[in-house]
Amino acid sequence: MDLQSIRLLTYHIAMNKKFVLGIYDDEDVLLQAIENVRAAGTKIYDVFSPYPVHGIDDVLGIKRSRLPIAAFFLGLTGMAFALWMQIWMLGFDWPMIIGGKPHISLPAFIPVTFELTVLFAAHGMVITFLIVQKLKPSTRVPVFDKRSTDDKFVMAIEVKDGVTDLSALNNLLRTNGAIEVNQKEVLK
Amino acid sequence: MQHVSPIREPLVTGGKTYHDITEDVCRQVEAKPNMRWAAALAVALVGFAIFCYSVYRTLWFGIGEWGLNKTVGWAWDITNFVWWVGIGHAGTLISAILLLFRQKWRTSINRAAEAMTIFAVICAAMFPVLHMGRPWLAYWVLPLPNTFGSLWVNFNSPLLWDVFAISTYFSVSLVFWYIGLIPDFATIRDRATGPIARRAYAILSFGWTGSAKAWSRYETVSLILAGLATPLVLSVHTIVSMDFATSVIPGWHTTIFPPYFVAGAIFSGFAMVLTLMIITRKVFKLEDYITLEHIESMNKVIILTGSIVGVAYITEFFIAWYSQVEYEQYAFINRATGPYWWAYWSMMTCNVITPQLFWVRAIRRSLVATFIITIFVNIGMWFERFVIIVTSLHRDYLPSSWAMFSPTSIDIGVYVGTIGLFFTLFLLFAKYFPVVNMAEVKAILKSSSERKQPHHHEPHAKAMHGSAKHTITNISHSNE
Repeated sequence: MDLQSIRLLTYHIAMNKKFVLGIYDDEDVLLQAIENVRAAGTKIYDVFSPYPVHGIDDVLGIKRSRLPIAAFFLGLTGMAFALWMQIWMLGFDWPMIIGGKPHISLPAFIPVTFELTVLFAAHGMVITFLIVQKLKPSTRVPVFDKRSTDDKFVMAIEVKDGVTDLSALNNLLRTNGAIEVNQKEVLK
Repeated sequence: MQHVSPIREPLVTGGKTYHDITEDVCRQVEAKPNMRWAAALAVALVGFAIFCYSVYRTLWFGIGEWGLNKTVGWAWDITNFVWWVGIGHAGTLISAILLLFRQKWRTSINRAAEAMTIFAVICAAMFPVLHMGRPWLAYWVLPLPNTFGSLWVNFNSPLLWDVFAISTYFSVSLVFWYIGLIPDFATIRDRATGPIARRAYAILSFGWTGSAKAWSRYETVSLILAGLATPLVLSVHTIVSMDFATSVIPGWHTTIFPPYFVAGAIFSGFAMVLTLMIITRKVFKLEDYITLEHIESMNKVIILTGSIVGVAYITEFFIAWYSQVEYEQYAFINRATGPYWWAYWSMMTCNVITPQLFWVRAIRRSLVATFIITIFVNIGMWFERFVIIVTSLHRDYLPSSWAMFSPTSIDIGVYVGTIGLFFTLFLLFAKYFPVVNMAEVKAILKSSSERKQPHHHEPHAKAMHGSAKHTITNISHSNE
């Protein structure tokens, strides 16, 4: 028995989550299905798609991302840092007359201030995105259904043992256009 | 869903499905390298070898290996630097500015154009670093605490602004490009069969799942990065032009430089994108994604920016006369009729006259004509920088120090070598990375494809019908 299987077994006993996956092949059918499934009182765990489906945020009730706000304040930080750095270095730490201009000549500081504003905002926002979305290099293949990065849309619904009526759920998904309904156990 | 007028030409031809897009783009990533690609890489590697040799000579013997003299202290190095940076700008324009303008035709070309940006900026950065003479001291341009009594860098100098502008531009472009690549790496990962490919693309894909929340954030990040990259790209070439405009050399000291340089950068960049795309679509059989529509749209950008550049050349001449400054007037008369007249008229012919041919629809839509004209534009834009730099310097205020510049074989070697370096990087990218942004092309497929989308009542009805027979199948396990 290799390590992988031991790990699998241990986790299997400890905690495994079961999901029902509704597979769709069209974005408009999917959007309608999400609305109907939610209206029927079923909680959708997540929806996976090969590309950003417009309008999915509204039907799933996903709130607008606050990343732009983060970017704004990170940009502000970059701007403050750049101004402080230039004013302190050339104005106070080692004042020098350059081209007959004042030590602190703000117009000449604009380009570097602008560049550092963009640098902080862009990289800060991307790092924030990677952290909140938990994206990092790893060798595992995390998707429920490999076709969801190719041409299928996958709606995942968590199954609670003894609570979820599987055949009713199957009917609900299929009447709403799912081309397949599969079950998947995920060991966490 | 967005609505697109039925009058518009389709952006994706050939009746493709989502799966076809995956297949068409992943094919060359997964296949064994073909002979044409290997032959092209071999040629590029020869260029890269020339680069390595010329850099070795430059570093070992110093920049005396170049043809610079006391009067012309800046020549091919800065010409090549500005040329490469300018080429890079089209990639950002396509990926950022066209995103903000919601131009859907950008989706199938933005990946390769952004790659071009990154490789062009790498080539550009070689020149100022080599011109330092001692590149291992390149960190001296950074405001680091040091042992010289904390003497800081000069924040009043446009050359220092360049350091900040180019490094910000490079790193932000790289991140923008990579964020766009993550979902496509996930697609390749989920198709990969070999253990090495699966692991490599799994690492590259950062554990991407394509969940709704992830896509929502991804789109936000793309939009904000586009919003940041747009003023950034304009600032970069503005600052590059200030390297000249803030000096007191006749022919350089002009306020028209920033907009004129930015237009020229986009002009040359689109020419290079077209040169690369015409080859790439042919070699990788991507004619259904990079269509004549795309080529024509880019040619229209070339007419616009080429005309702006032409107007700028004429304005410069007019202002030199109108200013009544005799040094300024001499600088321009000397450009057109002096010893470098051939460079000036090459520039005028290639940049002002040839792009005007694109007013003819048949030429705009002809691959052969487009390819030839874009090569002309690339040559013309190189001459533009050469003319601005060398003709302004070689006859300065003191006639006793007038001189001519002629490049040495090392000058030529470094320049040709960066072209080899560029193509080496581009060919490696084209083989191992998805050369078209699959996710974004899939997103526009339904509204902009040639294919008539099937009516969706059909699968819906069938599913309803068969619902009683089917039960949940395919129970599978995974260790997330």
